[in-house]
Amino acid sequence: MSLHVIQPGLLTSVQDQGRPGHRRYGIGTAGAVDAYSFAIANLLVGNPPGTAVLEITLIGPRLRFDRAARIALCGAEIDARLDGLPLPGWRPIDLPAAAELALGACRRGARAYLAIAGGLVVPKLMGSASTDLRGGFGGMRGRALARGDVLPLGRSPLSPPDTLRIASWWIDPTPDLDFAQPAFVHVLPGHDAVVPADALFSREWRVAAASNRQGLRLQGDALSLADPRERISEPVVAGTVQLPPDGRPILLLADAQTHGGYARVGHVIAADLPRLAQLRPGDPLHFVPTARDQARRLACAQRQRLARITLAIEQRLRPA
Amino acid sequence: MTDRGGDRDMIDASPAGSLQIEPLGEAAVLLRFGERIDAALNRRVHALTAHLQTRRPAWLVDIVAAYASLALYIDLDAFTMDADPLTEAGAWLRLRLDEAVDADAEPTPRLVEIPVHYGGEDGPDLAELAQAAGISESDAIARHVRADYSVAMLGFAAGFPYLLGLDSALAMPRREVPRTRVPAGSVAIGGAQTGVYPRESPGGWRIIGRTSLTLFDPARDPPALLSPGDRVRFVEVAADEVAHRHRR
Repeated sequence: MSLHVIQPGLLTSVQDQGRPGHRRYGIGTAGAVDAYSFAIANLLVGNPPGTAVLEITLIGPRLRFDRAARIALCGAEIDARLDGLPLPGWRPIDLPAAAELALGACRRGARAYLAIAGGLVVPKLMGSASTDLRGGFGGMRGRALARGDVLPLGRSPLSPPDTLRIASWWIDPTPDLDFAQPAFVHVLPGHDAVVPADALFSREWRVAAASNRQGLRLQGDALSLADPRERISEPVVAGTVQLPPDGRPILLLADAQTHGGYARVGHVIAADLPRLAQLRPGDPLHFVPTARDQARRLACAQRQRLARITLAIEQRLRPA
Repeated sequence: MTDRGGDRDMIDASPAGSLQIEPLGEAAVLLRFGERIDAALNRRVHALTAHLQTRRPAWLVDIVAAYASLALYIDLDAFTMDADPLTEAGAWLRLRLDEAVDADAEPTPRLVEIPVHYGGEDGPDLAELAQAAGISESDAIARHVRADYSVAMLGFAAGFPYLLGLDSALAMPRREVPRTRVPAGSVAIGGAQTGVYPRESPGGWRIIGRTSLTLFDPARDPPALLSPGDRVRFVEVAADEVAHRHRR
């Protein structure tokens, strides 16, 4: 009842919904950067919400399952194969025992989520199985997967057949994730103003290579602060748009530190964080100014879409 | 505070005590006492935090203290659809501020003693720091041990304490080229502050000693040895007391 890591991929880590509530100790939440794809992946294999999955970055791992298992791949469009046969995303797939799942490059998007019925069993720390890569704890010994790792799998109420079976239906993640469209990211006002005031919104930005789970670094014409003096550290959140002295914004993600001393020129809304999580180095993005009531409407609409998807999946999975 | 125009989305701009409460994204509010690193401002942050801890509503996920501000992190699911969580959290915080006006009678902070072996391999920057300050190494140690510190906040890394109270003679800018590897337990000085590295990490602060205490253990409750607002004293110990207690 285990998952064997033959090749670890570029950066594959155990993640769940993260560990909120410990920021006062300097402990960030970690957790899946794209919480939307994470949630749907678990739904598709019948796992309770918040079950630990693998988060796969840009290049996937090769994995062997020692028993038959039901899996689902959501998030980035990733090259997935079983004995050379391509496996599609966003649907349940039953794998036979001793299957070797070969995950290759993400064709579109940056992070794929592999959920396995029963979940990955790793000890929870502060209520979460997530890997805190900066803190070096949680998940698989506080680090990304390495060749030779063996991850225990939990029991699943399903008993998948010992044969390959690919569901003929799938979940369409648009408009929450739409790789065919350029990323328009809604931003709430921050504490600090830039000059001219619309500069963040009127310029085109691209994701820099030095981006990771902590934050996306952007390339573009440098921004200037209305008030450029040094600041003292204040709390930050995932979504905070920091402006360091070089004038290129940093968008904080799930591994955000708890405090930051850079100017905060805005906050990306929660409903757009999944889209941010899927941006690759070189991808363009545009910012759109947003007010709080609109952010709440967008969050509410996304939640309703997720509720409808949840119902649809539960109906499909219900035994006939 | 200067007003930077109308695009700031203030929850409550009323000047009661000139304190500002502003949204920090969609699920947190930030209260600012000031914009300086100042022991008195920081004490107000911790006094209010302690007051808030005793009255936690169900929606309050975390209270995060910083030098001169604190943020409340909110569970949005604890509110009904038609509620505006940030406005409600801001209003709740205002009420607590009014209650806490006489909170000078704050509980005495906890005092934590941290044993440190100064200098040698455990404190490779002690000699340079003493030289830059124009004092002897033993005087530098004496000044570091003599001071009464307070934990301004935990940040940068899990369990990393930013300590206020450093003797100004010991202040020294960070290294221009940070070390790629600073051992766990290293006691260091960065600018006018001192702190302790909870785990091995890169770092640019000047390392003057090392402690055997474990500042951060994710399996412990609470995971951090120090809490924001704690008082700290360093106690000089011999090298072997640190060496034999340090687990690899």
